[in-house]
Amino acid sequence: MSRRSLLRGAAAGACMVTLPALLSACGHGPGGNRNQVTVGSNASDAVPRKAYAAAFEAYRKQTGKQVKVNTKDHNDFQENINRYLQGTPDDVFMWFAGYRMQYFAQKGLLTEISDVWASFSGFSDAIKEQSSYDGKQYFVPYYYYPWAVFHRRSLFQQRGYQQPRTWDQFIALAKRMHKDGTPVAFCDKDGWPAMGTFDYINLRLNGYDFHKALMAGEEAWNDNRVKKVFDTWRELMPYYQKGALGRTWEEAGQSLQQRRTGMVVLGMQHPGTQFPDDERDDIDFFAFPEIDPSHGQDAVEAPVDGFLAAGKAKNIDGAKELLKWLGTPEAEDIYLRHDPGNVAVNSGADTSGYSALQKKSVELVAGAKQISQFLDRDTRPDFASTVMIQALQDFIRDPKDVDGLCNRIERQKKTIFSQPVG
Amino acid sequence: MALTFPRRAGRRRFTRRDLVVLGVLLGIPVLLDITVVWGPALASIGLSFTAWDGIGDIHWVGGDNYGNLVDNYPPFWPAVRNNVLWLLFLGLIATPFGLFLAVLIDRGIRFSRFYQSVFYMPVVLSLAVVGFIAQLVLGTDQGALNTLLGNRDDPVDWLGDSRLNIWMMMIAASWRHVGYVMILYLAGLKSVDPALKEAAAIDGAGERQTFFRVVLPTLRPVNVIVGVITVIEALRAFDIVYAVNKGRNGLELLSVLITDNIIGEAGRIGFGSAIAVVLLVVSLGSIVTFLVQELRGARET
Repeated sequence: MSRRSLLRGAAAGACMVTLPALLSACGHGPGGNRNQVTVGSNASDAVPRKAYAAAFEAYRKQTGKQVKVNTKDHNDFQENINRYLQGTPDDVFMWFAGYRMQYFAQKGLLTEISDVWASFSGFSDAIKEQSSYDGKQYFVPYYYYPWAVFHRRSLFQQRGYQQPRTWDQFIALAKRMHKDGTPVAFCDKDGWPAMGTFDYINLRLNGYDFHKALMAGEEAWNDNRVKKVFDTWRELMPYYQKGALGRTWEEAGQSLQQRRTGMVVLGMQHPGTQFPDDERDDIDFFAFPEIDPSHGQDAVEAPVDGFLAAGKAKNIDGAKELLKWLGTPEAEDIYLRHDPGNVAVNSGADTSGYSALQKKSVELVAGAKQISQFLDRDTRPDFASTVMIQALQDFIRDPKDVDGLCNRIERQKKTIFSQPVG
Repeated sequence: MALTFPRRAGRRRFTRRDLVVLGVLLGIPVLLDITVVWGPALASIGLSFTAWDGIGDIHWVGGDNYGNLVDNYPPFWPAVRNNVLWLLFLGLIATPFGLFLAVLIDRGIRFSRFYQSVFYMPVVLSLAVVGFIAQLVLGTDQGALNTLLGNRDDPVDWLGDSRLNIWMMMIAASWRHVGYVMILYLAGLKSVDPALKEAAAIDGAGERQTFFRVVLPTLRPVNVIVGVITVIEALRAFDIVYAVNKGRNGLELLSVLITDNIIGEAGRIGFGSAIAVVLLVVSLGSIVTFLVQELRGARET
């Protein structure tokens, strides 16, 4: 073989390799199948994944329609959501209520489902508000998990600790726990767990309306009311376990299970996963204590997860039909039978199979005057992820410089919120 | 550099077919280079002057992103500092240590094969995996090191203490880097002509002199490669800190800030691009300076 023919062969080979790729890029994917709805799922953990599979199987049995689930890793799904919704999303996908959903509604990436909502019953007005943008509904709530202060019942009995109702009692308890060698568990390596404590102190001190306005960028972060949140938080700092910035929430949950810490502010699903099955009954919680009596314990932080129809859904009728079913109490029942870390949103759901913890959660939320989502669900995602995570970690590292911290947050907030949307 | 063709009778002529073949074979790489390397780079530079959330319209904002970066983005300066620290640590500690190991092994000490494999082993691991290993060793509550130290009551927060964690990360990254540098130098040292060393010894040069005056200069090609690798490793460091704590709380790096702003829900694409441009300038700057110096040095010797 001569050199030249070798070269010619190589060139032809290169073309053959690249051509099909170029050609197929022009082709179209398969169109929507009437009897099949695709669902994009972020439920990559074993328990929710199984629970969803059971729910969709029940839907198939009832209607004969197939649900094809595409599960992605929870964090990957979250990080790629922008591109996912602009590319070729599934008909229905799992996401969160509140600002984080409204952001996409505002961008026109969701399908309005007010007609589906018309048939719903059993959802409170607070929940409906969390599912709406500009008076139209976009979101089907499925379950929620309240945030509270979790502890081991047996440890409280053994040491004679009382569940506190006010901030002073809470601090006194924390102090005693610290002296007894079981400090308050604290973790923020993941960046989000500390947001729960910030939110609660803010809600108790300044009320729900201020929380909402602050998250929406309407109130200033260097306002004295925000500084007071950090000042109040600092009272608790000496009684935390050390090294919060190097600890994941899983490790914090385990320290509670191993009786090395006394209590922890987390979401309901978090500590449970770190306890062995036969010790889960020992988990108890109390509502975050009252600070300002005029706000009492009115607000509960209870992030709601649920389903939405993508704006680019191929099978919109099928998607709406599935969403309609997912909004019924029995759809929630099937899921929660397999996932005891959450609570159904629909008031018609069957609570007889609930654990004591789930029952108490229902009471907690039912007694709430307002429901907030969570710092990173109630504000712009760019602000939460590029400013607030770092700011709270800064505060944990150096709790003294509150003025500087608040000014830094406010300056960055102004830049981010002044950026044009759309 | 001048290419000299052997002169044939008459002028060298390209036939039409030659031109087509040359055009295709040169054209494809050039095209790929433009679309895959320079296109995105220029696009990033363009985007760095805009505000864009990745969904709506792109808005021109001039130099605002750069202004904000320097003056209104607290993680930026720590990231620059950490990147420089990383470069110095790899360049002044890890790389010389790799060279040192290579020289030791090259002298044919006992079990040199064994040492060679042991030091090279971490190189097959990705930095993300090294990050996971570091977490197993350095975790606060359950890490191997704290268990060994038995300081349960007052554990050292190796990865959470922002004064410590960057050093821990650089040590972990060096663990891998040293093996890489060692194997490159080992290959270089094997190819050094023993006659050179003998000649130096006959001329009365000591061990040290022989190494620094004779052996090291003959290793120049290896030095260039090792230098470039060190700079690149330092600037693209990302996966190890991302695996540990998403590159926050003392582990900020430019690469992490780019990811935080562009990937994920944040969608501050213009702002992230501005950071990317800074990283591009820094990497081009250091690579070009280094190569120019080395190549100039090569011409002088």
